[in-house]
Formats: sequence, C-alpha cells, structure tokens
Amino acid sequence: MTDNDYILEAHDLNVFYGSFRAVAAVNLNILRNNITAIIGPSGCGKSTLLRSFNRMNELYTGTRTEGEVRFDGQNLYDKDVDPVEVRYRIGMVFQKANPFPKSIYENIAWGARIHGFKGNMDELVEFSLRQAALWDEVKDILKQSGLSLSGGQQQRLCIARAIAIQPEVILMDEPASALDPIATLKIEELMQDLKKKYTIVIVTHNMQQAARVSDFTAMMMLAGTESRSGTVIEFDATNRIFTRPSDKRTEDYVTGRFG
Amino acid sequence: MNEIQNTMEERPMYPTKASGLKNRRILGETLIRSLLFLAGIFSILTTLAIIYELGKEAWLFFRLPEVNLWQFLTGTSWQPHINEFGVLPLVTATLVTTFIAMLIAIPLGLATAVFLSEYATNRSRNTIKPVLEILAGIPTIVYGYFALTFITPLLRFIFGSDVVEIYNTGSAGIVMGILILPLIASISEDALNAVPRSLREAAYGLGATRLEVAIKTVIPAALSGIAAAIILGISRAIGETMIVAVAAGAGPNFTLNPFKGAETMTGHIVRISGGDLSYDSIDYNSIFAIGLLLFSFTLLLNIVSQRIVRRFREVYE
Amino acid sequence: MSEKNRSQRFQYDQNLVGRTRIGKIWKVVFLVSTIIGILALTTLLLNILNSTVGYVAYQGKIMASSLTIDGVPLQQQSRDQLLALLQANLSSGAYNKLNNEKAFQDRSRSDLHALVLERIVRYKVVGSWSLWDSLTQSSQIKNLVTSDFPDAELKFKSWLTPDFLASQQSSEAVTAGVRTAILGTLLTILITILFAFPVGVAAAIYLEEYARDTWFNRLVQTNINNLAGVPSIIYGILGLAIFIRAFQKLTSGVLFGMVDPASATGRTILSAGLTLGLLILPIIIINSQESIRAVPQALRKAGFGLGATKLQTIWAHVLPNALPGILTGTILAISRAIGETAPLVVVGASTAISFDPGIFSRFTTLPIQVYQWTARPQDEWRHLAAAAIVALLAIMLSLNAAAILLRNRFARKY
Repeated sequence: MTDNDYILEAHDLNVFYGSFRAVAAVNLNILRNNITAIIGPSGCGKSTLLRSFNRMNELYTGTRTEGEVRFDGQNLYDKDVDPVEVRYRIGMVFQKANPFPKSIYENIAWGARIHGFKGNMDELVEFSLRQAALWDEVKDILKQSGLSLSGGQQQRLCIARAIAIQPEVILMDEPASALDPIATLKIEELMQDLKKKYTIVIVTHNMQQAARVSDFTAMMMLAGTESRSGTVIEFDATNRIFTRPSDKRTEDYVTGRFG
Repeated sequence: MNEIQNTMEERPMYPTKASGLKNRRILGETLIRSLLFLAGIFSILTTLAIIYELGKEAWLFFRLPEVNLWQFLTGTSWQPHINEFGVLPLVTATLVTTFIAMLIAIPLGLATAVFLSEYATNRSRNTIKPVLEILAGIPTIVYGYFALTFITPLLRFIFGSDVVEIYNTGSAGIVMGILILPLIASISEDALNAVPRSLREAAYGLGATRLEVAIKTVIPAALSGIAAAIILGISRAIGETMIVAVAAGAGPNFTLNPFKGAETMTGHIVRISGGDLSYDSIDYNSIFAIGLLLFSFTLLLNIVSQRIVRRFREVYE
Repeated sequence: MSEKNRSQRFQYDQNLVGRTRIGKIWKVVFLVSTIIGILALTTLLLNILNSTVGYVAYQGKIMASSLTIDGVPLQQQSRDQLLALLQANLSSGAYNKLNNEKAFQDRSRSDLHALVLERIVRYKVVGSWSLWDSLTQSSQIKNLVTSDFPDAELKFKSWLTPDFLASQQSSEAVTAGVRTAILGTLLTILITILFAFPVGVAAAIYLEEYARDTWFNRLVQTNINNLAGVPSIIYGILGLAIFIRAFQKLTSGVLFGMVDPASATGRTILSAGLTLGLLILPIIIINSQESIRAVPQALRKAGFGLGATKLQTIWAHVLPNALPGILTGTILAISRAIGETAPLVVVGASTAISFDPGIFSRFTTLPIQVYQWTARPQDEWRHLAAAAIVALLAIMLSLNAAAILLRNRFARKY
C-alpha cells in the first residue's frame, strides 16, 4: 500500500476539552474507497476522534486540537485552511437523523446551493437520492417535509444530503444506532455500494456491525487504567481484528469478555 | 368475603369526636377552595368589565345624533366643537409612530438576537442581556423626556428647525423603537435558541459558514417565534402612551409627515382625560369609543401572536 | 486543496472567499446593531444626568434679606416669626385657603419656611444651563448673568438634593420638590400590593393546583394572557369608569365618613392603587403560576404520602418552595407599576397639592410629576424633571436589584 492510497492520516492527534484530554496521541491511516470502522467501549473518544476529521470539534468553545490530520497530504489544521472547505470535502452523517424542517427536495438542494451548484438541481437531487437508495421510496413525494419520513428513511435522506455536495469522505457517527434491524440492514448495504465512490469512516458501538461492514477496524480504548483519554490501541484489517487480534485488550473486547 | 365485610363494619373508621374535627376541616378547606376559585375567575370579571364599560360608553357615544359610525371610522377631521368626529387623524398618527418604531426595533432587535444567539460568547451574552433588560425596564415617561429633550433637538439640528416641528411624531417613533427593541430582541433570541443544536450541526457539517447557518437554517426554523415577537412589538407600539403624549404633539392632525406634530389615539385619550371632564359629556364618551378601537386592535394582534406561537411549538414535536 | 476523485458531472462554483467575506461583514453588522442598543441607553442616561446638574441663576421678587425680623435672618426664624410673615404678606384669601388645605398649626417649621420662600420671596429662575454647557461655557454664562440679571445669584448646583426630595410640590421651580410625589407613589403602591398580591397568588394557586383541564379553565388562562398584553391606558379608562365613577362613594372616602360629600371625587390614591393593581394582576398571576409549576412533583407527593390534605400540602410545601420565585416576580411587577404613568393620568392625578397625601386624598405620583414638569415650557422645569427621573430610576433600580439578589440567592439552593 503506497502513501497515495491513504486519503486521511492522523499524526499524533490529541483533542482537549478544556484541560481534559479526550483523545490521546492517535495515529491512524484511512485507506481510500474502503470502509474503516472505529469501535470501542463507550466514553473512550470515538466520536471525538471522528469529528476531528472534519473539524467539527471546534464548533464548541474550549476544545483544542493538537497534531495533524492530513487529507490527501495536506494538514487540515493548517492556519490557512478554512474549515468550511474541509467540511465540503469531508461530509458527515450523525447519530440521530437531523433533516432540515424543509421538503425532501430542499434538504438535498440546500447544501448544493450554498456551494454554488450550477447545474440542473432536479438531476442532482435524483442522483443523490438514488445513491442513497431512497429514490424509489420518495420520488413522488419530494415536496413533502423531510420530517415526515420514517427514521431509517430520514437517515438515508441525510446520507443523500451529504452526497449531494460530492464529498470524498463520508464520516458516519453511529448512523444506525437509533434504527430498527431492517433499517440498519438497508444502511449497511448502502455503505457497501457507497464505498465504490467514497471513503467511509464509521464509528459504531455494535461490534457485529463493524465485523459485517468494514474492511479495516480501529480499536479505541482508554489509554490506561488511570487515564480517561482514549487512544487507538490497534488498527488492522477487520477479519484479523476479529479473529487474531494482536492486543490482549482488543481480544477481550471483541470476544465479549469486556466492554 | 362476608366475614371481612362484617369485621370492617364493626370497627369505626374514626372516633366520633374526631369526626367532628374532620367535618370542620373539610368545611374550612371548601371555604378556602371557593376563595381560590373566586380569585381565579377574577380576571374574567376584569375582561368583562373592560368590554362592558368600553362598549356601554362607546355605544352612548355612537348613539348621539352628532356622531355617525361611518364618519367616525373614515372621517379625516377630529374637531368636536364643530361636530366632526373622524378618528382617522388619530389612527394615522398611531400608525406613523408605530411604523417608525418598527423600522428601528425590528432590524436592530433581530440583529441583536442573531448576534446573541449565534455569535456571542457566554461572557458577552451575560453582559449584554442585562443591559437590554434595563432598557426594557425604563419607564416610558423617561423615554418621553428623552425624545423631547434630546432626539427632537437632534432632528432639528440635522434637518433644520423649519422642517422639524418642536412636537413631531418622528422623534416619538424613534424613541418608541428604542423602547421596543429589547422586547423583540429577547423574544426572538428565545426562538432562535429553541432551534435544536442538531440542526445547526447538520448545516455546519455540510460546510456552511456561520452566517449561512444563522440565516438559512436557524432563522427559517425559528420564523414563527420571530413573527410572534414582531407582532407583540407592534401591539406594544400601538398602545404606547407617554412617549407620544410628551413628544408627539397635542391636537389631532391628519398627516403622514413625521416631522410634524400629531396626536395618536393614546395621546388623545390622555389629553382629554387630563383636563376637566364631566361625566356623560361628549368628550367623556369619545374616550371610550377610541379606547374600544384601541382595545380591539391590540387584542386582535395579541391573539394572532399567540396562535403563531402555538403553531411554532408544533414544529419540533 | 487538490481535487481528485471529483465527479465531473456536477460543477460547483465554490466562491469560498466571497462567502467568508460576506460572513465577516454581517458579523460586524450584527455586532454594531447590538451596540446601538447599549449606546442608546448610555445616551439616555447621560442626557438625564446632563440636565440634573448645572448653573442656575435665580433672583427673588423680594430680597430674602429684607425679611429679616429683629436681626434674625429668614433662615433661622422661628415658627411664630414665619407665621407672622405669612399673615402680613399674603392676602387673607390666600392665607385662609392654605389654612384650609392643612391647618398652619399642623405644619412644621420647615413647611412654613418653604411657604415663605414660595409665596413671599418668590425666587424665580432666570436662567439654567445643562452640565455640558456649564462646563464648557462657564465664563460666557457668568458674563451673561452679570450683564442681564445683576440682582441674580448664580450657583452651580445639582437639582437633585436632599431638599428636593423633602420639599413639596410647588409652582415655583426653586422650591419645588418631589416629596408629595414620592409619598403618593408609596401610598399608591402599598394599596396596589395589598390588592394584587393576595388575589394574584390565590388565582395562581387555583389555576395550577385545582383547575382541571376544561374548556372554561383554558379560557380563563387565555384571558389572563390577553389581559397581560392590554395597553396600560385601557386600565386607566377602566379605573376611571369603575373606581372613580361607579364606586365613587367607596373610593372617595364618603362611605367611611372621612370626607365631605360635597367636595369628594373618586380621584383618590385608593382609586389609583386599585387601578394599578388591576394592571399588574395578570403579570403576578402568570409569574406565580410559573413559580408554582416549577415546584417538583415529588414534593407534592411527599406531602400527600404523609396524609396531608391538598390545602395543607400547598400551604406547607408547595408555596414555601415557590415563594422566592413569586416574590421576585412580584417585586419586578411592582417596579413596573411604580413607573406607570398613563393609567394614572386618565384616573386623574392632580397638579397642585400642597399637603402630604392620605388614602382618600387627591394624588400625584413620581412619574406623573415628571410628566407634568416635562410638559412645562420653561427650562428650569426640565431640570427638575431630570432630577425627579434620577430619583425614580434609583428607586426602580434598587427594587430590581433586590429582586435579582433574591432570585440568585434562592436559585442556588435548588
């Protein structure tokens, strides 16, 4: 694997909330067009790590990030990098679906308009909804409010919304945790399709999901018994993490002995 | 089953002496409950009294041979001594002052709300909000004084003393705007804050700037709350009395020129009732007719605003 | 940043620079708008202070020194001497009128002194200047006074003095004070509180603890919310019709035999207090409701669990818990009532009162005093109005501060 295949690289990444270090010294490389899962017990900084990839942490006062996150070789945290542009290239889907209180059409068109979309909006909306495997279900009700859809549909709408601005990476923060098994399955199938064009990084507390869906898995855990900072203790191809993990703590976690 | 019933009937629930106490306690409680109930419906009495008094005297007014309802509502001259009772001069003066006040209060109030809700740090918010509360708490007579002694001279300095009269609706309107600004700002800010954080995150996540999040996501979502704030502000401006009584002018004047003096509905009521007033005179009754008109306007606006607030709550259910 | 892997099908004209610039501009617009509000407040306060202090030139119709009796200057004369002066210099009609309003033997020495100054010496203000003018044009003012008003005294004074607070209403700017108005305000507010507080809290208790969700009770609630938004002048009209006209026997004091029916009117402090009470009643109800609603259900259940009746639970548990919130809101409502002018003008405040008011007497209040003084054309009344405003704002500020302290102190406990 050459360096060109890494679309995201975290180097010595630390994230602080005030004086509390939530994420400690993480080194992580995300391969292009693959699904990377971040797993681990709750409270060990998985979401914080994910959100550092698109600089969402800095929306909240008191957070500080040290270290580097390289996107296609460029450090996202450079002085002259605009977080707006970062989020344009690296999209996000959140734990609880949060469509805008607008029509389905407008939900998708909103992001595109902000970034100066110059083409046929109808075409873009259809494209995004097809990619999110939602088109057939909503093509006749595009003018209805996005909030009128079911939970699983809303989440796919949020994925379509993210896709509409053509990001290269899609970050997903426990996207299916609020959904029923069937809706979850739909999302997981969708992810397999999406990885052909996009790179996906998913945080999940559901180990089986990680095992089903991802190509690579990062295991996050508290750095030590005294520490409350989370760090990546192991990163490898998914099947190796789940069958022959190197770190004993990983093995304890994936076999259910702990976590 | 029967055995249990029998045993229960044998044992008295309370000793007889205490039964007497129990009855008295219930009586006392019922008495107090009735008092509480009366207090509770006292407000209905107030509203009924308002409607009755305004209605009765206004009816007496309209029943007079010199007065004609149509002329009242559409006439442009209010000169009781020659039997002209057109209320439009008073209404236009009210509308002019309200319009000018809203011209100031709505943009500045909304901008302040957006700043406090989307841009300000906690520290600046905690310094600015008390200032706004103080602004809102200053008695209106003080604002009237300010209009007469500062704003009017300022306007005369800027536009010339021959253009701006000593009493003019413009300066009253400006000061009214400053009075109402905190009201609009605080209600709008509440509406903006009520928009859930997840909505903002979605917008930021799509790569929107702070301005875009505020204008294209938060404000549209909070729109009904903001509309309610504006309507309440208008209602407040219409009912405002002391500022116009001091600074806007005495004497009805049918004009749209803000540099000229004119009397609003409220200013007129205050002037007439401040002078010598004999009950059942035509002046006395006219107060009630104008008061009824004023009451209807503000009541309508308040009801509309409440309806909008109720609809606003549904969006996040 | 390089753009690999971007679909060629959809083109975006990102314009990041433009968007950022617009964002910065609007941020400044929002900030400036916020500051304008703060600036307005500062300007208002400065304007008032500017009028409160400055040069005043005044001269008397008669020189005060000419009233010296037996070598004792006016300042130090006794009651009898002052009384003699009044008798000698006032017409018998004026003398008797003053005596009728309040007997001379009931008036204090300083009252008599004030009367002498007001009616005999008749100081008139011949010129007054704002603070800014006084500081920047000091020499011009001095020259002007020496040339135009050679007999006048020029003093740099504050219009807000302890004398100002203690003196009664007067038609002369020099001797006018706000005592009558302050007493009027205090008495009026006392009646307002005695009326609105019990009724308001009782209504709130009923609505929150007893009223079930029927259409009637919802109507009551909507009605209260609407009443809170009715313009204050309507309450004045209501007061005029009900307290002054319909209940005249009660409010004028005739019913209690305290006043001569021939000269009685309903325009008394009692009417004013009741009118203001009606005005703030909805506010007290709504605020008390919120405070009662905020009491945790667990507290009520604990009361019932111990076998207490509903009323006992309310009295012993719910009310004490809600009391800080209720008191805070009431204090704020009272502060608001103190500043109310319009309804009291309609109810009929008086312009000339030379005695300390009682419940059944004609009245004036502090904001009305400000209104009346502001309406006068001469400059000196503006200064007096400004001084009265400072007094009014000081009262309201202390009340509001007390309410906030109360709120903060009790907020920490729960």
